[in-house]
Amino acid sequence: MITFEGVTKRYADGTVAVDDLSLEAPTGAITVFVGPSGCGKTTSLRMINRMIDATGGRILLDGQDVREIDPPTLRRGIGYVIQQAGLFPHRKIVDNVATVPYLLGWDRKRARARAMELLELVGLDSELAGRYPFQLSGGQQQRVGVARALAADPPVLLMDEPFSAVDPIVRASLQDELLRLQSDLQKTIVFVTHDIDEAIKLGDMVAVLRVGGRLAQMAGPATLLSEPADDFVREFLGRDRGIRRLSFIPAKDVRLVTAPADLVVDASGRPLGWRGDGGLLPYGTFNPERDSLRAALDAALLAANGTAVAVDEDGRVIGVAPREALDEVLGQYAARYTVPDPEDPYEEGGHQDTGHQGAGPEDPAHEDPAHGEDPHG
Amino acid sequence: MGDEPLVRWDWIWRNWDTGRPDSILALLESHVVMAFLPVLFGLLLALPLGLASARWRWLYQPTVSVMNVVYSLPSIAVFIVMLAITGLGQATVIVPLTFYSLAILIPAVVDGLTSIPDHVRNSAVAMGFTPLRRLVRVELPLAVPVVLAGLRVATVSSISLVSVGALIGQGGLGYLFIDGWQRQFTTPIVVGIVATVLLAVLADGLLVLAQRLLTPWRRA
Repeated sequence: MITFEGVTKRYADGTVAVDDLSLEAPTGAITVFVGPSGCGKTTSLRMINRMIDATGGRILLDGQDVREIDPPTLRRGIGYVIQQAGLFPHRKIVDNVATVPYLLGWDRKRARARAMELLELVGLDSELAGRYPFQLSGGQQQRVGVARALAADPPVLLMDEPFSAVDPIVRASLQDELLRLQSDLQKTIVFVTHDIDEAIKLGDMVAVLRVGGRLAQMAGPATLLSEPADDFVREFLGRDRGIRRLSFIPAKDVRLVTAPADLVVDASGRPLGWRGDGGLLPYGTFNPERDSLRAALDAALLAANGTAVAVDEDGRVIGVAPREALDEVLGQYAARYTVPDPEDPYEEGGHQDTGHQGAGPEDPAHEDPAHGEDPHG
Repeated sequence: MGDEPLVRWDWIWRNWDTGRPDSILALLESHVVMAFLPVLFGLLLALPLGLASARWRWLYQPTVSVMNVVYSLPSIAVFIVMLAITGLGQATVIVPLTFYSLAILIPAVVDGLTSIPDHVRNSAVAMGFTPLRRLVRVELPLAVPVVLAGLRVATVSSISLVSVGALIGQGGLGYLFIDGWQRQFTTPIVVGIVATVLLAVLADGLLVLAQRLLTPWRRA
């Protein structure tokens, strides 16, 4: 756990970058610092590994004040992923990944073997190990950056806008990859971004900071969407909060009925389309076990007849959700239900279950129709 | 010069290696020594001075200004002033040329160090490099391309400037120009020019090769 206790950073010229920040980043969870430029989010992150020293308050790493630890030693125990990857251009990929093991005095063979494991873990071909950074794409470099941060298996990972320099498609796949890794590794991650959609997609907890380095709100992403603390947070979250909140409501409560004969399926039971006068009409599917209510609603809106098709893991039809069925669930949630934000992110029924494990090609959070309207998107 | 041919090959053969200090080979040798030692000394001095200027940015402008003034001094004037201090030895040429090299190499070292992107430097800090180790393992290697580019300019200009020393009796191949001019005899002049140019091309080629070998990590 990382604890900020009244942390302040005031520069010599009087500028206050971070103002009396108190919060906790829970062990094994992703805590996102999000806010506009000038809100002190990167400064806050860099105070954790002492790249910047706080001028007031203290930061505790599992109870120990970071200022009691020699900076190089502290940093070798904390993974760090930087914007644009920050790879060393003069070192081969394998040696870039092995940087911290080398610094810790591992012998070359062991460090390189570890680096090869990490490359595989982040989904990079071992052929890339002998190349130099300039020979890799931006997305590949960023994966190497993540591998390098994980090389010495640090319990804590700091990520400073790691995916902001790559195109949106690559960014989405890197985000999914991070969530996949995190479900296995369960590191304590502090992630900085200016992109609220990224914060909501990745964060178990989201700390919204305002200019001047003050904490505006810290909450789970669903609570943030449903109960923004003030106008600043509301505005920063952007439009379509109601729709986006549906991403955190599981679709498993949607009442399904038997698929009507109008739904044409192939030999293995996968949908082909709705029968229409001039041939097959479009349809939309969702997986009730894995997807959110947002995906179910999306599936209904894509269909010619407004009926969402429910499918299993293999894509086979298990029923359909008529509009009334979606209405029932929407009505139930819209009026009185507050989406549970887990105290412990791994608690049953929490955001972890609905948002994170659903991260895949059909993950609703990155099919965000509001994306284009969001000033931070 | 009358009916004399531009180059008399027999003169070249006779004077190639006579064992005397004015043989072509001996002049070439002293030329190489007087051209390369200043670059070497210049590099050894430019590294700490450049590091200091990159570390304490306020040092950079004064250092560069002083070096530019030094660079603007006519070499012949400096050689003559040096005569009073170092006498007629090779040092009279080596010392001023060291300063000329410095004037080129200090900015090269500073530019090389400051050309390192912030995200690379910051990630080195964040990985837990100590400052010294970061300098040796990350910053200096990354400065190599820019420093080598400066080294190429310094080397070629040093090779060409040595000849001026001939006016005070220490000019390497430059002696051939004076000799040829005094005797109205073109062969030594042509030999001097060709040898100087070949030397410069060879030295530059070696530095380009060194650059290839030292920086395989650069985009071609």
